[in-house]
Amino acid sequence: MTRGRLLWPLVALGALIVLNIAVEPSFVELRIQDGHLFGSMVDILRNGAPTLLIAVGMTLVIATRGIDLSVGAVAAIAGAIACTYISGGGNAATAVLLALSVCVLLGLWNGFLVSVLGIQPIIATLVLMTAGRGGAMLLTEGQIVTVKDPLYRQIGSGFLVLPIAILISLAVLTAVALITRRTALGMLIEAVGINPKAGELAGVRSRTIIWTVYVFAGLCAGVAGLMISSNVNAADANNAGLWIEMDAILAVVIGGTSLAGGRYSLAGTMLGALVIQTLTTTVYTIGVPTNVTLIFKAVVVIAVCLLQSPRTTRMLRARRKTAVPTSRSQEVAAG
Amino acid sequence: MSTLALSSARFPQRFLPVIATFAVFVVTFGAGSVRYENFASGQVVANLFVDNAFLIVLAVGMTFVILTGGIDLSVGAVAALSTMIAAATLNAGWPPLLSIITVLGSGATLGLLMGLVIHHFEVQPFIVTLAGMFLARGLCFLISVESVSITEPAFREFASGAITLPGDITLTYSVVIALAVVLAALYVLHLTRFGRTVYAVGGSESSARLMGLATSRAKVGVYVVSGFCSALGGLIFSLYMLSGYGLHAVGMELDVIAAVVIGGTLLAGGTGYLVGSVVGVLVLGTVQSLISFEGTLSSWWTKIVIGALLLAFIVLQRLIVRRQA
Repeated sequence: MTRGRLLWPLVALGALIVLNIAVEPSFVELRIQDGHLFGSMVDILRNGAPTLLIAVGMTLVIATRGIDLSVGAVAAIAGAIACTYISGGGNAATAVLLALSVCVLLGLWNGFLVSVLGIQPIIATLVLMTAGRGGAMLLTEGQIVTVKDPLYRQIGSGFLVLPIAILISLAVLTAVALITRRTALGMLIEAVGINPKAGELAGVRSRTIIWTVYVFAGLCAGVAGLMISSNVNAADANNAGLWIEMDAILAVVIGGTSLAGGRYSLAGTMLGALVIQTLTTTVYTIGVPTNVTLIFKAVVVIAVCLLQSPRTTRMLRARRKTAVPTSRSQEVAAG
Repeated sequence: MSTLALSSARFPQRFLPVIATFAVFVVTFGAGSVRYENFASGQVVANLFVDNAFLIVLAVGMTFVILTGGIDLSVGAVAALSTMIAAATLNAGWPPLLSIITVLGSGATLGLLMGLVIHHFEVQPFIVTLAGMFLARGLCFLISVESVSITEPAFREFASGAITLPGDITLTYSVVIALAVVLAALYVLHLTRFGRTVYAVGGSESSARLMGLATSRAKVGVYVVSGFCSALGGLIFSLYMLSGYGLHAVGMELDVIAAVVIGGTLLAGGTGYLVGSVVGVLVLGTVQSLISFEGTLSSWWTKIVIGALLLAFIVLQRLIVRRQA
């Protein structure tokens, strides 16, 4: 099943890479300069790092049947806090800690609304999505705060052979994969997503788990926000992380994790994030105006979603007449 | 949802969210009139409608979608696309009527396509309309990356036309269009088979289907309604801005969803009223005018206040639902 789900995103990624090579043969070239690895593919990884990181947090949230729309705003807040603190004379390490603790608090807030008050995730996180950017603007007083701090700069544009940003994202991805797949945690998260009531009857503490995933998503968004702002040495409350929640959700969905919750695939999420970032880069390479990227994004999303949809799966599996589209029961019956 | 069966017994409770929205509107407006001398004038009320006519139309479409338990993230982008198509076709010398029909047609078609994908391929509305949003914004930039101003004389004349009510209150034609849309939608939602099916699908889709209702028509239909309303909202917006631009109405889908939720419609579907959404838009409008009257407050306070209002209303809804259960 998992292999089947990853087939189409893999095809999409492969096609994009082939297209890139066809247009610009130097696409695959990698060179080492001053101990840093350079090349188009490294750029894709570096630019995709924040999206990937947020998508990892989002995967767990979505696996519990939730969604977190506030991540972009939280990323903006993290950048705003860190940059305001540093420009006020603070040191970078404290700034990062301060920003991340606020993000944890924001995650706690989202988790509280969803798990304790039982508000629908999409609307609970919409509150912070709307108000959060306003808050970030308040912090920066509507200005773009620029900073010059060599240490802070490292997060977004530093190198340890590979860009540090992508190393952070990959480390988080690996850690999450190990923690959720080598322990029962992953199964518990899926249990909450598949059937919260049954999970609870089986002794799963769904409230704690739901709360935890929102805090984790907030933290991921915070780190991603630091990467974004450190990459440009500035905090732009209006535009930092704008639409990144949509990209992250798309990455998760392209990766085969259903928005209806339950089974999730971290490998899929990584593939999804790569597809989205490669697509963006490809469009640059081909020389299409940047804004038109959106059309390509829409086409890829729709294509991948249609190919993964229950209906297509059923049609591919057996070309039989579908009488009444009662998706759940038929899906269970079919697979 | 059990609201239908309990309609007579729980009459006041059913309307509680809408009444609460109206109360908030009265309170915010009252606060404004106490604080500022000229706030409580007929013209300020009229301006709420003039400045938010497009938002009202978008909220009407969104209410249909949310009542079925779906969501439409594409409304802002489709509105932007409409301003762009209107500007491009009018400047190319098309007669205004043809251009308007093209705009409305393309909006409805986009809605239809999204509805078909959502219903027949069982892809979540969130994702499909998100893709729709990307597509519509991308198409805007395909037409032109720059802002295109509308120079067609008849269109400009219509845009600047005003209706004077007694008491020297002026309204634009957009307000009339918006109110006509609200009336038409009220009729469709409450007095036609389609409208009742929309509520039924939101309450429980499988029950509605077992009752023999045309659920697929309703599920696809609401996206057509929303697409049409977005296109019309975009046209009104282009009357307001007199230009077409791919970055018009960015993030407007969130304002619209906020207005609908503040208006008392449950995102789970099945419960809510169009009137609530209209009052929700007025609440947002009042907050905006309060902040602009204050002068010293920066515009981002609007976002914070809207977020706070949204929170207050979802918690209120939660309490009501919990008491009913």
